[in-house]
Amino acid sequence: MKSKYDMLIVGGGPAGAIAAKTAAEAGCTVCLIEKRPAIGTPIRCAEGVGREILEEFTRPDPRWISSSIERAKIIVPNGTAIRLDQDDPGNAVGYILDRKVFDRELVWQAAEAGADVFVKTRATAPIMEGGAVRGAKVISIGTPIDIRADVVLAADGTEAQFARRAGLDTTVPLREIMSCTQYLLTDIDIDPVSTDFYLGNDIAPEGYLWVFPKGERTANVGIGISGRKSRDGSRAKDYLDRFIAENFPGGKTIEAIVGGVPVCQPLPCTVADGLMVIGDAARVVDPLTGGGIGNAMFTGRLAAKVAAEAISAGDCSKKTLMPYDVGWRASRMGASLTRNYKIKEFFITLDDRKLNVLADSIASIGLAEFSVSALIKELIKRNPKMLFELGALKSSLS
Amino acid sequence: MNTMLRINRDTCGYCGTCVAVCPEDALELIDAYLSLERECIACGICARACPLGALEVVHEE
Ligand SMILES: Cc1cc2nc3c(=O)[nH]c(=O)nc-3n(C[C@H](O)[C@H](O)[C@H](O)COP(=O)(O)OP(=O)(O)OC[C@H]3O[C@@H](n4cnc5c(N)ncnc54)[C@H](O)[C@@H]3O)c2cc1C
Ligand code: SF4
Ligand code: SF4
Repeated sequence: MKSKYDMLIVGGGPAGAIAAKTAAEAGCTVCLIEKRPAIGTPIRCAEGVGREILEEFTRPDPRWISSSIERAKIIVPNGTAIRLDQDDPGNAVGYILDRKVFDRELVWQAAEAGADVFVKTRATAPIMEGGAVRGAKVISIGTPIDIRADVVLAADGTEAQFARRAGLDTTVPLREIMSCTQYLLTDIDIDPVSTDFYLGNDIAPEGYLWVFPKGERTANVGIGISGRKSRDGSRAKDYLDRFIAENFPGGKTIEAIVGGVPVCQPLPCTVADGLMVIGDAARVVDPLTGGGIGNAMFTGRLAAKVAAEAISAGDCSKKTLMPYDVGWRASRMGASLTRNYKIKEFFITLDDRKLNVLADSIASIGLAEFSVSALIKELIKRNPKMLFELGALKSSLS
Repeated sequence: MNTMLRINRDTCGYCGTCVAVCPEDALELIDAYLSLERECIACGICARACPLGALEVVHEE
């Protein structure tokens, strides 16, 4: 480990790994640190990702693809299922990854591009000088070290403590944290090419329950509920256990994980002097779906490009790093975050009866396009009164 | 009376959800070990958010 790098990246998830690779390829000296002893484990994810966004960053590889997805079903309390099929059967719309392997692969690619990588190395605080971030104090397998850098990228996921200690408030409001539990269940009857989402206030209050296939008879079965609905006796694990007892009584759990997904609005500003915040730490998870892998990679790449230019210009002030913040907000991702936040805020107000009515209005028609926005658009068309508040968003649902 | 946060490490799944919602930045996840590193105001927000119920604000005489 050197004591000075062009760029220091805190966190070895998809955001940090793609950033490290991008920066190393741009010719920067890069240090990536990960506090856990192994990249990618334990997972904190249902592992679903869209084909298009994934292929923008790397070629799908059978070594880390658990299954290919051809359709989705949304199941409401009365049992009605809305089916989203794709027009081109046999072709994957998305994948369920094996993130233990996938995350390693991305870090591997970063290392191959020239980045230094250190595991069991935790950033404890930023090094601040004159209000600017100039590196990080870290503990690497017990040894305290100062690592200086022109720019630090905070890619530390849900916890997001690095940016917080540099003065940005990353605290997630209780109502906007999805409190999650997931089992890798095997020996169960599932539709092996469908991602299934269960909605309802008795099933997953202000969240949803998912069944994402990992093989013919194996799936990630998990749940996220709003933090404000979480209490003794009605926590994520309690809801999940009830669902499984009813629907998959013979299933065997071979992995149990927990996690928190921030579904709040993004940080008001994702840069500061010498600092950029990317991925979950920047709170850029899709608030409607809870998906954050794609957005983590997208923000990681964009931030690294802007940082590399700032470093070669010899100016890493907030002003010079600002094109990153402006850039992602102006992107398709930025627009969909804004829109989906509004949709989420509206949908959590719907009771089970309304969910049933909405699903019944659309269950019998075939949706021409496989996307959340196509679905919402169709729902608004068929239920203009109930979804009056969403009418204003119609034009943004392309 | 003394109010404090009790961490049940046999229950904790070391996921960091509590860390994300703590308004005081009091908690820290060091590998698989959740640690109370700084001043806690015993607000109980972390205990609500935990998916497993591993945290509890307790009142001691
Ligand atoms: C239950 C659950 C299900 C999910 N399902 C999906 C899904 O199906 N599809 C999807 O797209 N997204 C899903 N997500 C979200 C997805 O997992 C995240 O959006 C994604 O991992 C974000 O990547 P990241 O690189 O920003 O952060 P992370 O992958 O969280 O990586 C952050 C890394 O930083 C490390 N770190 C933290 N603090 C420090 C420090 N001080 N020093 C050094 N290292 C540090 C952490 O150990 C971690 O490895 C899910 C999340 C959960 C919890
Ligand atoms: S939220 Fe609960 S399970 Fe997760 S780290 Fe905190 S105490 Fe442990
Ligand atoms: S009780 Fe409140 S202050 Fe104390 S650790 Fe939990 S969230 Fe933080």
